[in-house]
Amino acid sequence: MTDPIIQVRDFRKTYGDFIAVNGISFAVDQGEIFGLLGPNGAGKTSTLESLEGLREPNGGELRISEVDPTREPRKLRNLIGVQLQTSGLPESITVNEAMEFFCAYHAVPANYELLDRLGLSEKRKTQYHQLSTGQQRRLALALAIAHEPSVLIMDEPTAGLDVATRVELHAIMREQQAKGTTIVLATHDMAEAEEMADRIAILLKGQIVATGTPLEITATGAGLTKVSVRTQESSLFNDGAEFPAVTSSSSKEAYRIFFTTDIGPTVAAIIEYAESQNDALIDLRVERPSLEDRFLEITTEGGAA
Amino acid sequence: MTAFAHHFSFEFRIGIRNRQTLFLMYMFPLIFYLFMGFLMAEINPFFGEGLVPAMIIFAILAATLLGMPDSLVSARENGIYRSYKINGVPSGSIIAVPALTTMLHTAVVSLIIIVTAPVLFDAAMPNDWINFAAVFVAVAFASAGLGVLVGVIAPNSRSTVFLSQLVFLPSMLLAGLMLPISILPEAFLSISKMLPATHGMNAFNGLAMGVAADFDPWGSVAVLLAGGLFSFGLSSYLFSWDSQNSTRRGHPILAILALVPYLAGILLI
Repeated sequence: MTDPIIQVRDFRKTYGDFIAVNGISFAVDQGEIFGLLGPNGAGKTSTLESLEGLREPNGGELRISEVDPTREPRKLRNLIGVQLQTSGLPESITVNEAMEFFCAYHAVPANYELLDRLGLSEKRKTQYHQLSTGQQRRLALALAIAHEPSVLIMDEPTAGLDVATRVELHAIMREQQAKGTTIVLATHDMAEAEEMADRIAILLKGQIVATGTPLEITATGAGLTKVSVRTQESSLFNDGAEFPAVTSSSSKEAYRIFFTTDIGPTVAAIIEYAESQNDALIDLRVERPSLEDRFLEITTEGGAA
Repeated sequence: MTAFAHHFSFEFRIGIRNRQTLFLMYMFPLIFYLFMGFLMAEINPFFGEGLVPAMIIFAILAATLLGMPDSLVSARENGIYRSYKINGVPSGSIIAVPALTTMLHTAVVSLIIIVTAPVLFDAAMPNDWINFAAVFVAVAFASAGLGVLVGVIAPNSRSTVFLSQLVFLPSMLLAGLMLPISILPEAFLSISKMLPATHGMNAFNGLAMGVAADFDPWGSVAVLLAGGLFSFGLSSYLFSWDSQNSTRRGHPILAILALVPYLAGILLI
């Protein structure tokens, strides 16, 4: 087994008296997509910026391929690519100039093919401020991966993008992962994290409160599965329509909604009950708890604590 | 092409594309030059003797003190330096490239003034072109240094304007661009020697224009070069990558040390 490409041990970051990150540890393996989730002010940006060498830790140890981001910035710059949330480019720079400029400082030839691949071939002479938000994000991604970094750090890469551009960016992230690039993804978008990340860490008030695969994290919560049922005669709305393992219920339009800890007995009893009432099922939907549900559960518990 | 050459090339083009910098580096000094040429020639028949150096110094001050610092502050506030840091752009390049491109823009404006002034205003031309070029470089170096230093220490655009005007306005009034400094009272003469424009005008007159200098012109060149070195050195020391990041090597008040060569100039020349 190879050593993790990113090692964070007891990392601590403070701003005056405010503790932004309080001794977190995690490791990311090569080729992994690692999601960093948390509400605003949880410490995500401080962690990312310290990994990028923009901020100095107040304690603990950060390493990317054994390189200390603070002490060895020259070694770090070719190891990582960063897609920043904000532009980071002069307004009047053209797409071509940006590519030439950044590649020159990474000592690699300008990768114009990447611009074509990202749908920017028509925009190569366009100034940055004339690009749409989606085009600006694609350019930021092109600049971040043009020198083929081992680690790609992405801060809210799809915020404000339309669905098509979002899907396209996800496809490119998958391509990078297939090439062996490790991706650290900070996002508020739970669906994106659930879809893209191999593993996730949830940060709250500067500490990691949950870590694991999206499935592991959703499985560790209250684990209530939502069962929504609609019948022809609405018999499930009758008094006495009670079923095993159901902890609570509600209704929405013609649907009766049950939250259950054990889906098998609940669904079997619902069907049996409907038949006993000479009723017929029209629709039955089962939804396992989403990462968003679990995230809200964790952050609400943590926020209340 | 090296990374520095790429950086220089696109920064120079951006200076022309950006309306604000285009105005402050080209339009403003050239309009002022035409206005002063037509107006002052009517009022003062001898104005043509100093028109070329005075308007070139004005162009340098407008570009370096009014045009450059705000673009440096905006770039820092918009996270452009953070992105540069991540991609390995050294702080030395971030300081040197805008200064060099601004000097090149002012050289273009100066060339326009040199070519048109004798035709339009019968202005006197330099009698020593090598010294003229050398003094131009010294003035541009000193003034660009101050411009960069203002851009490095100013916390926001509003402060940039205030700090730049601390040098720009007195230069207009006291540096000998409009009226000879010999007519200034003694106290104002000392103040005027704190300004790069005064030393520039003195050096142009004594070394390139064949006009009697008010004080040692080579001393003025030395003050300008030392002033530039101090300003660039302090800019490098006080540079910060990020408006939100409080880690800076020294307090911005240290920027006042950039005046040391000019104070020495008052005492020594």
